[in-house]
Amino acid sequence: MSNEGVIYRISGPVVTATGMNAAMYDVVRVGHEGLMGEVIELHGDKAIIQVYEDTSGIRPGEPVLNTEETLSVSLGPGLLTQIYDGIQRPLATLEEVMGVFITRGVDADAFDLEKKWTFEPIVAKGDDLASGQVIGHVQETETIVHKIMVPPGKSGKVKSIKSGDFNVTQTVCTLDDGTELQMMQKWPVRSPRPFRQKYAPDTPLVTGMRILDFLFPLAKGGAAGIPGPFGSGKTVTQQSLAKYSDAQLVVYIGCGERGNEMTEVLDEFPHLIDPNTGKPLMNRTVMIANTSNMPVAAREASVYTGITIAEYFRDMGYDVALMADSTSRWAEAMREISSRLEEMPGEEGYPAYLSSRIAEFYERAGRVETLSGEDGSVTVIGAVSPPGGDISEPVSQGTLRIVKVFWGLDAGLARQRHFPAINWLNSYSLYPQSLDQWFRDNIAQDFPEIRTQVSGLLQIEAELQEIVQLVGSDALPVDQQLTLEVARMIREFFLQQNGFHEVDAYCDINLQYKMAKAILSFQDSAKAAMASGAQLNDVVNVQSRTDLMRGRFEKGYIDEIEEMVKNMTAEIAGTVEGN
Amino acid sequence: MSGKEYRTITDVKGPLVFLNKTEPVAFGEIVTLRLADGSIKNGQVLDTSDELVIVQVFEGTANINRESGVTFMGDVFKLPVSTELVGRILDGAGRPRDGGPAIVAEENADIIGAAINPYSRQSPHDFIQTGISAIDCCTTLVRGQKLPIFSASGLPHNDIALQIARQAKLKDSDEEFIVVFCAMGITAEEYNFFRSDLERTGALENAVLFVNLADDPAVERIITPRLALTAAEYLAFEKDYHVLVIYTDMTNYCDALRQIGAAREEVPGRRGYPGYMYTDLAMLYERAGIVKGKKGSITQFPILTMPGDDITHPIPDLSGYITEGQIVISRELHQQGIYPPINVLPSLSRLMGSCIGEKTTREDHKSVSDQMYAAYAQGRELRGLVAIVGEDALNERDKQLLDFSGVFEDKFLRQTRDEDRSIEETLDLCWNLMSSIDTKYLVRLDQKWIEKYGK
Repeated sequence: MSNEGVIYRISGPVVTATGMNAAMYDVVRVGHEGLMGEVIELHGDKAIIQVYEDTSGIRPGEPVLNTEETLSVSLGPGLLTQIYDGIQRPLATLEEVMGVFITRGVDADAFDLEKKWTFEPIVAKGDDLASGQVIGHVQETETIVHKIMVPPGKSGKVKSIKSGDFNVTQTVCTLDDGTELQMMQKWPVRSPRPFRQKYAPDTPLVTGMRILDFLFPLAKGGAAGIPGPFGSGKTVTQQSLAKYSDAQLVVYIGCGERGNEMTEVLDEFPHLIDPNTGKPLMNRTVMIANTSNMPVAAREASVYTGITIAEYFRDMGYDVALMADSTSRWAEAMREISSRLEEMPGEEGYPAYLSSRIAEFYERAGRVETLSGEDGSVTVIGAVSPPGGDISEPVSQGTLRIVKVFWGLDAGLARQRHFPAINWLNSYSLYPQSLDQWFRDNIAQDFPEIRTQVSGLLQIEAELQEIVQLVGSDALPVDQQLTLEVARMIREFFLQQNGFHEVDAYCDINLQYKMAKAILSFQDSAKAAMASGAQLNDVVNVQSRTDLMRGRFEKGYIDEIEEMVKNMTAEIAGTVEGN
Repeated sequence: MSGKEYRTITDVKGPLVFLNKTEPVAFGEIVTLRLADGSIKNGQVLDTSDELVIVQVFEGTANINRESGVTFMGDVFKLPVSTELVGRILDGAGRPRDGGPAIVAEENADIIGAAINPYSRQSPHDFIQTGISAIDCCTTLVRGQKLPIFSASGLPHNDIALQIARQAKLKDSDEEFIVVFCAMGITAEEYNFFRSDLERTGALENAVLFVNLADDPAVERIITPRLALTAAEYLAFEKDYHVLVIYTDMTNYCDALRQIGAAREEVPGRRGYPGYMYTDLAMLYERAGIVKGKKGSITQFPILTMPGDDITHPIPDLSGYITEGQIVISRELHQQGIYPPINVLPSLSRLMGSCIGEKTTREDHKSVSDQMYAAYAQGRELRGLVAIVGEDALNERDKQLLDFSGVFEDKFLRQTRDEDRSIEETLDLCWNLMSSIDTKYLVRLDQKWIEKYGK
């Protein structure tokens, strides 16, 4: 048997080849045009291949060439600021080669192989190098130092090491056994990159979104799922996270989503400034855009491409956040291919291995000690698009079983234009216990207690609302009416956040704490005033409270909020008759 | 390879023909079948291997037997395109239906259509004024958008689509749209309604019609929208036209897709629809947009009827995940005699933010739209409460909001079928109607707009 076979059958993106020596997950070139594909099943002499490009016009009898490599990504300087399709072809290069429509049979390097980068070695001749050890640095963008590492599986004594300007394929280091190391390495996307050990996460990923950071925090190295029906704001939430979260690097995967929406991201990101560093956001971003009408097999591969790139930067000791929008489209790509393979289906036509694939993917998140002994993390945030918004379906359920943070988007809230439309009653985070120490040490000693009070008020409101639905709010005793008013303040002033407003879109975590405290001090002073005979209506309508609430749209709010709370307390105290 | 005729059919099942012992046949290749009586049918290869070829027959498999001759044409399905298409009526497979001559091709375009590189797209931002207040104010249409109408049987979605086709224009511009109309499985009566309306207004001269009626072969519906979009792409990206594609009814298209899936014994997804329906729909809807360096654009207006008025049914559900919003037609409003019965609450235009404001519509648009929406939503909610506790239990604010919700439907939504309101008229109307509410309850309006536009 040779590495060349012939096509036996074509059924959509699934092609069968015979007479070829193949192993599982080998990458092959199909037909005269050399379309890229991957072996996904073997039956005796037959290899079943999923093809990453359109197969129309391909005939049985055309050749299939096995490259005998597994689907891999290229890793090295030049990755940042790139925009790729699902199999790491840069979209800008594709545009140059094919024009505005994506045709097929074109191969493109993941980044410029000729560009010279300044390599500064940090090891010397004679040093013993372990697998994964950093051998030198490249300043890739203004904010990010790209660390060049010994590829996993290789090690030895340094025979020679260079310094200066090289392209990514030139040898910068030679080991005693003759192994040559370049700045670029390859890694198969379906295998997690190795690390020494996983730690328990203890630092929050601060996102600047109040409902997330304050009520349902996510840890660096954690995994979160965002399910929601269409129109509930999944994409806007994901984009806000990509813009404002305090990860050092962001990998954004647009998996099977809208073309125009992806374009909006591509247009907008280069102009955005990272609030944490003050530098352009693109400098820390790698994007993967495989829209819904691009080939379905490449969509299946896109999440693996993305997470492998994320792991590579993690191995340099960075905190990386990965957004996948949407994992349901990825699951559907699996379903589509599975059904072409005529596999026995599990629930709703999805393959029986769906939940294990989802679990394997999210399990690649984590905070680790890297091979070089550094501390790095990959945080995964996956959007889920359940049909009809019903999360009892297999993708949502498979996701919820594995993630520790659930941000449930709610169509009802979206319809009321309450954004982010995250339902505070059914969302959860299992991280507070491990993160509370961080919040106590870095924000305020009583941070967890304030959080408990705020979420408690929201719970009480939900119960009271049931009564209000029946009898109207006027029938409640005034103290409960006040509770409703406080809860409304939490919803409208604190939980609602305008993702498009230049100031409100990002809320500092310290400010979040102060805002929550402000609401509680309103409650306290209102209670006190009413106990002395003030009317609920007067207390609620004080001008200084309106000012306090409007203030969040102004710059410098964090410095003024305490003063505003003082004014409010004084004005409320003044509503007591006779004062 | 073309020309050789095979008589090796082994099975015929539903719309599918199975045959063996062929030369290598390309995936997606076009096929003609010659029947005993000399009539010709067309089809396309769905699955091909050394031993077996599966052909999907567009015109249905009636009268096909094992003696029928099968010829492979050596090419994938292509549509002859030229500017001559404009003003023509074609059938669901792209043949003239108006008695006119065959289209002389300037080029033959592959009907599957390649995906637009997301990097090469240009963000849509040109406001389209439809003259319908509910759409212009609350779910603004943008050139290059795909905005479906989610309707149901017995509702006036066709009137709305036609009104949009007649009235749609860029603000302060006379530039007109070329309408590409694609009918899939609609009744002859509905088709006549569309055609006569287009004729009456003279729009037919600026339109291309692809027509597959309810009694035409169901399988043909799989290619009809692809033909329409191929024509649209040619006119938009080769000939610089702004094209508005209206297709109706997507539900019939999806049912045809299901029919083929069942005949192929595929594993069904939800409600029997194939698992790849999302991808398949995306390959239609995503052919909307604007690309860098081209003057034209494609705006899509798909119409679909929700079975049982159920918005969670797979067809509206998957569509909603792909399209950039939706306009939802309400049976309740229709029964109250309100036209257009658009329920703005579940309706949405995702691209609205990019096309409204000072430079394009008016500076107060966003603020007005948010306030109208919020006040109406609260008013509607109060109706439920009033049914239980009576109107007397409401406070002043709630009373005003409740009354507003009625006025909103009666004055804002309601307009006649040929009433073409400019965006200024629409926004002024909003301010007029909102004057019935005390300004202190209009929390979403900016103070400066209240001073400038308030009544």
